[in-house]
Amino acid sequence: MTKRSSQIEIQQAFDQRLDRDKLLQCMRCGFCLPTCPTYIASGYKESHSPRGRIALMKAVADGEKKPDEDFYRTIETCLDCRACEAVCPSGVEYGELIEEAKQILFEYHKESRQEKIIRSMTVRGLFPHPGRLNFVADFTSFYQRSGLQKLAHGLRIMNLFPTSLQTMEAVLPNVHAYKKPLANAAYQPLIPAVKKYRVAFFEGCLMGSMFQHVNSTSKKLLELAGCEVISPKNQICCGALADHSGEKDLARKMAQKNIEIFETMDVDFIVNNAGGCEAELIEYPRLLKDDPDWLPRAEAFSAKVKDLAAILVQADFTKLPLSLPTTRITYQDSCHQLNVVNVAKEPRALLQHVQGVELVEMEERVSCCGSAGIYNMVEPEAANEILDIKMQKITAIPELQYIITANPGCFMQMNLGVHQAGIENKVQVLSLSDFLMLAVDYSQK
Amino acid sequence: MLKESVIEAIKQIVGSENVQLEETDLYAYGYDASPEFYHLPEMVVAPGSKEEIIQILAICRTNHIAIVARGSGSNLSGGTVPVEGGLVMLFTRMNKILEFDKQNLTLTVEPGVITKAINQHIAASGLFFPPDPGSMQISTIGGNISENSGGLRALKYGVIKDYILGLEVVLSNGDVLQTGGKLTKDVAGLDLTQLMVGSEGTLGIITKAILKLMPVPETNKTMIATYRSMEAAAQSVSDIIAAKITPATMEFLDQVTIKAVEDFAHVGLPTDAAAMLLIQQDGHPREIDEDIKTMAKVCRDGDAIDVQVAKDEAEGAKLMAARRTALSALARVKPTTILEDATVPRSEIAALVKFVNETAKKYNLYIGTFGHAGDGNMHPTCLTDLRDEDEIKRVHLAFDEIYQKTIELGGTVTGEHGVGLAKLPYLPWKLGRAGMRADQAIKKALDPDNILNPQKLYGEEVMNHD
Repeated sequence: MTKRSSQIEIQQAFDQRLDRDKLLQCMRCGFCLPTCPTYIASGYKESHSPRGRIALMKAVADGEKKPDEDFYRTIETCLDCRACEAVCPSGVEYGELIEEAKQILFEYHKESRQEKIIRSMTVRGLFPHPGRLNFVADFTSFYQRSGLQKLAHGLRIMNLFPTSLQTMEAVLPNVHAYKKPLANAAYQPLIPAVKKYRVAFFEGCLMGSMFQHVNSTSKKLLELAGCEVISPKNQICCGALADHSGEKDLARKMAQKNIEIFETMDVDFIVNNAGGCEAELIEYPRLLKDDPDWLPRAEAFSAKVKDLAAILVQADFTKLPLSLPTTRITYQDSCHQLNVVNVAKEPRALLQHVQGVELVEMEERVSCCGSAGIYNMVEPEAANEILDIKMQKITAIPELQYIITANPGCFMQMNLGVHQAGIENKVQVLSLSDFLMLAVDYSQK
Repeated sequence: MLKESVIEAIKQIVGSENVQLEETDLYAYGYDASPEFYHLPEMVVAPGSKEEIIQILAICRTNHIAIVARGSGSNLSGGTVPVEGGLVMLFTRMNKILEFDKQNLTLTVEPGVITKAINQHIAASGLFFPPDPGSMQISTIGGNISENSGGLRALKYGVIKDYILGLEVVLSNGDVLQTGGKLTKDVAGLDLTQLMVGSEGTLGIITKAILKLMPVPETNKTMIATYRSMEAAAQSVSDIIAAKITPATMEFLDQVTIKAVEDFAHVGLPTDAAAMLLIQQDGHPREIDEDIKTMAKVCRDGDAIDVQVAKDEAEGAKLMAARRTALSALARVKPTTILEDATVPRSEIAALVKFVNETAKKYNLYIGTFGHAGDGNMHPTCLTDLRDEDEIKRVHLAFDEIYQKTIELGGTVTGEHGVGLAKLPYLPWKLGRAGMRADQAIKKALDPDNILNPQKLYGEEVMNHD
C-alpha cells in the first residue's frame, strides 16, 4: 500500500499542479469511452476510461478521494494514446492532465521500482544520447548476428529476465539486416523537379539507431519524389519519452537543442517518419509556452514539421507508377500520428496508390496496439491485453500478408503480436517506408 | 455499508470478476453527464442474464438496497446518480443483438447495445432505426428506452417510444414481464410497453427489447438558413409547419452555439449570423426538391439573410454531424455547462426563445440556445462555472422563470432528457397534484419497497419512504 505520508504529498501535489480549468472542462458526455483501449480491455470499467480518470484526478486534487493503490493503477495503465482527445468535443487537454498526474505519482509513489529502473535506463540514460544508442544498436546487431541470440533462446536464458525485458528482447528489429546498406544506393529523383522541396530529416533516437535502415529508406523515398534531403548533425532525441513520463525539464532542454540546430537550416520542411516523434515536435510550443524567448522559436520550428507520408503526397509521389504482385495489407495507425498530428489519409493514399495492393482496414482500426512509448515495458500485462484485442482484429483479416506501421514502438509491438499469435510465416510487419521501397524496387525491375 | 453476506451472495450470482467494490472503481460511477449531482455507489455489478438479475433483485428487496440501472451514464438529468448508494447495475455483458427479423422488420436486442451499433448492424439491409439521440454513439438502447430519448429526427419520425414494439422487464418482485410483441396492433391489456418506456429505471429492469425498423428513405437534402435575429428564425419554423411541410429534421442554433460548433467541427457555418436553421428533408427525390424549394422561399420571406442547400448527401451529413456536437462544443466555452430541456408547442418557439434571451440579460448570464425547433424541444444551455456560487444561484433563478414561462406557453419541463433529479422540483408544475398522485400510485404498485432508482421521477411522497 501507498504510505499515508506519501498519500498526503500526492494529494497536495495534485491540488497544486493539476490545472483545475482543464479538469472542469470535461462535461462527462462519455464520447471518449468507445475510443479508449484500456476501457475496452478492462471489460468496460469506468475507472479505466478517460472520463473516469479525469473524475478521479479531480477527486484527488479536491481531497475527496485518497490516492490509493487502485488510483495509482488506473493512472499508470493509461496509454496516453490520446484517442480520447481526438474525439473530445469539449476540447479537454487530457494528455497534459494525465502526464502531470503520472509525473506526480512517479515522484512520490514509493513502489514503482521497476518503472523507475526502466525509465532511468531509457528516458534519461539512453534516448538523449545518440552515442549510447548506437552502441546498443551495434550490440543488438552483434547479439543477433553472432548466434548469441539463438544460443540464448536455446538455453531459455531470457526466462531469467523480468517479463518486461523478455518482451522487449522478442520484438527487437533485426538490426543486422537493417544496417546493411542498400544494394542500389544511387536512387535518382524519378519525378521532374517542379515541386522540389528542401527538407531536413529529423532522425529520432530509436529510428536513428535501431531503425536507421528505415530512416535511410525514408530519405531515399523523399529523393525519389524530388526533394533535397539533408540530415543536420548533432540533432538529438525529440524528448517525447521524457515529456510523456513527466520529465518536463529534460524534455524542454532536448527541445531547445533541436530547435537551435534546425532553425539555422534553410529548409521548407522538417520531415520525420515516426508518429510519436512528430507529435512531440509539433508540440514544442506547448512545452516551451512559459518561456517568452523560446516560444516564437518553437512555433517557427513546429510550423515546419511535416509527416513523411504527407510530404510524399504533397510532392506527388502518387504520380509514380508503382506496382506489386497482388498483396493484402493492413495499416496500423500510430496513435500520436493519428490523434495529435492528424495524419491518416496520406499513408493510406500512398499504400493504395501501389497497383496490386489491397488495403483492408481492421475493425476498430484507430485503437492503440499497447506499445505506447515505454508502456509495454512498464505495464507488460496491460499492454498484452490490449495487444491481444488488436491481434484478434488483425487475424480476422483473411490472407493478410503485411501489417504496415508508422512508428518504431508500433513496429515492435506488432512484431510481438505476430510472434505471440504464431503467424510469423504468414504475416510480416513492415514500416511504411520499407513497404513503399518494396514497391519501388519491384516496379523498376 | 453493504453487509459482507450481501456482497458474497451477489459475487456468487455474477462471478467476482463482474463486481466492482474498490473505492477507486466505485468513484467513477457516482456521476452521469449532468453537472451538480454526485453520489458514491456501494457496489457495481454487471449481470450476464435476466436470471442473474432476478436473483440480485431478490437480495436487494430483502435487504432494502437501491438499484440504479446504468447504460453509458450519458444522461442529462442526474437519472443514473446512485443517490442512496446501493448498487449500480451495468449492462456491459448484456450487449448482444439477438435477432434481425427481415419479415416483420424488427430487431431484438439486449439493453447494453450501443444505439449507433443498431443502425450499423442493419445498414446493408435498406432498413433503419429512426430515433437518433444526440449521444447515440455512446448511449445504450436500454438507457434510451428508459429515458424515452428523442433526437434530431423526432419531428417527422417520432421518438424512442414510437419504435418499441415489445419489452422483457424484470419487476422488483422477480416477475418477468413480456410486453407487446412483433405486432403493429395489440390491445390485449394495458399498454405496459409504453408505461416502461421513459420510466427511468424506476419500475423494472429492461432485459430485452423488440425494435421497429423502417425502410431507409430514398435520399435526403439538407439546407441552411441564416438570420439576423433569433426571433426571425423561430418565426420561420412556425411558418414552415404552417405551410404543411414536415421536414425530417429542423434544428435551431443561436450564435453562441454556431460559433462553438464551428470552432470544433470546421464545416463552414456562418459565425456572424444571430441564428440559423439546419433543415433536412428525406424521401423521394422529386418531393424533396419541392419541399426544399418551398421551405427556402418561406425562409427568405421570413427575413433570412441567406439560404443555402448542401450540394449532396455527404455535405448534408457533415452538417448534421457537426450539429450533433453542439452540446459538447458549447462546453468548451466555459467550465460548466448547464443544459436545459424546455419544450413548447412549436408555434410558441419564437416566444420561448425571446423570453430566454430576456431572462439571460436580466440575470447577467451567458445562455446559448439550440434545439429541435421542429418539435418545439429547445435546449437553453447556460455556460457558467460551478465554482462561482453567486452565478450558480442566478442560473437557478433564471431557469425557474424560464420553466414557469414554458408551462404558461403550454409546454413541458422536459422534452427528452427525463426528470431524474434535475427536473424534480419543476415536475408538479407540469403534472399537477392529480398527475403526481397517479404516477406515485403506479410506482408504489410495481415497486412497493422502492428499491428501483429511488428518489427519481416521483417527488416528495415516494421519496420520503421509511
